[in-house]
Amino acid sequence: MTPNEIRTAFLEELVTVAPDLDPMTVGESDHIQDDLELDSMDVLNLVTALHDRLGVNIPEVDYPHIATLGQAVEYLGQMIARKQG
Amino acid sequence: MGVFRMPSLGSDMESATLDEWLVQPGDRVTRGDVIAVVETQKGAIEIEVYETGTVTELTAQIGAELPVGAPLAMIAVEGEEVPEPKAEPEQPAAVEAAAEQPVVEMPVAPAGGMPGGGVVASPVARVRAQALGVDLATLTGTGPGGAVVLADVEGAAPAAEAQAKAPRRRGLDLNEMRKAIANAMSRANREIPHFYLSQTVDISPATGFLASYNADRPPAERLLLGALLLRAAVGAAQAVPQLNGQYEDGFHPSKAVNIGVAVALRGGGLVAPALIDADRMTVPQIMAGMRDLVSRARAGRLRNSEMTQGTLTVSALGETGPEAMAGVIFPPQVALLGIGAPQLRPWVVDAEVIPRQVITVTLAADHRVADGRIAAKFMTVFEDLISSPERL
Repeated sequence: MTPNEIRTAFLEELVTVAPDLDPMTVGESDHIQDDLELDSMDVLNLVTALHDRLGVNIPEVDYPHIATLGQAVEYLGQMIARKQG
Repeated sequence: MGVFRMPSLGSDMESATLDEWLVQPGDRVTRGDVIAVVETQKGAIEIEVYETGTVTELTAQIGAELPVGAPLAMIAVEGEEVPEPKAEPEQPAAVEAAAEQPVVEMPVAPAGGMPGGGVVASPVARVRAQALGVDLATLTGTGPGGAVVLADVEGAAPAAEAQAKAPRRRGLDLNEMRKAIANAMSRANREIPHFYLSQTVDISPATGFLASYNADRPPAERLLLGALLLRAAVGAAQAVPQLNGQYEDGFHPSKAVNIGVAVALRGGGLVAPALIDADRMTVPQIMAGMRDLVSRARAGRLRNSEMTQGTLTVSALGETGPEAMAGVIFPPQVALLGIGAPQLRPWVVDAEVIPRQVITVTLAADHRVADGRIAAKFMTVFEDLISSPERL
């Protein structure tokens, strides 16, 4: 997957969890909890959706690595590459 | 022959708009089946039937605003002779006519039809769109599965048109929800003599348990701290039945623990649906139930039993923020457990001061039914349970 495809996947799952968010306005470094106001249930639903869609099982200790769009694209890219390698 | 009536969906609800029938005349229904959807101040609510039998007639029309107690349908109970089902709803009942609803005179879209050009929309939204001249295909639905609901249509109507039709109810309308909250909380403050007990509890046993439980599980099977806190509250409610129930002309304790979960809605608003029979659930079942309840609360798709049968409510502030909350009891319940956000604090363990994650829980209780001693027992049981999560 290209970084752009991962970005699209992340944003689509993010707005499924929080339908009031406009994917066009989510910034690279917006924090999903502090800025976008996801709660722990939202984060768990996002992680579950990413697991289903990308096959990446994000352990709880790695949640900080998907705290922003920018971090998530990088982290998910690494996890997908590791899975394929 | 039983008359299926508009149920009360809370002490302050006066009426609701019939949004959708999920049954037709001739259908068999079993107690607990969801047979209709109505729109209220707190969003769309699924209405369950309390009888087992056969639907013989749908007397209420989609789009009608109906007061609590208004007849909606006729149901022949088991063993009763079933008359020939009537295919179409009859003329609107008197209550509907009195409500001056222009929408009831509009033709109702046939079931399964997609006159909106393939757009998924609730029947009431469809009728309203036609009345207001709004093209459904131009709207973004906010209902379940992206369905266009009443609020979407009314939001898209020209402002002058909307003003001309005001006041009337909408789907998940935050102003209406605010009014519902105001009514319930004003009543609570007026009628319930609240008193409060607080306790700060070390939650490192719970967070440690969660870390190891979740480590080797996929996201779909993981637990949140909220599920453990809810289970501990259920255990405390079982141990202290004086605080688990409803107050209507005196206190009626409940055998079941239908634990209310305060759910904040994104964009504002709050609902506190109940997890029915939570006392019979394991922690993973409570987690699944909580997940389901939160997602349906946010989609505006709760059931009437969940809105009315709560016996004690838990309200938690989440992972970050203030350390304590003394809440207002949700009538007709008699207790509410407010849980502050976890804080890192110096804590004494085995005569040494060490940093620990702690939470402060504050029980609001109704002094008409309980005294400090009873509330203290609730807090003791809660602390015992959350301190040894493997026992939950």
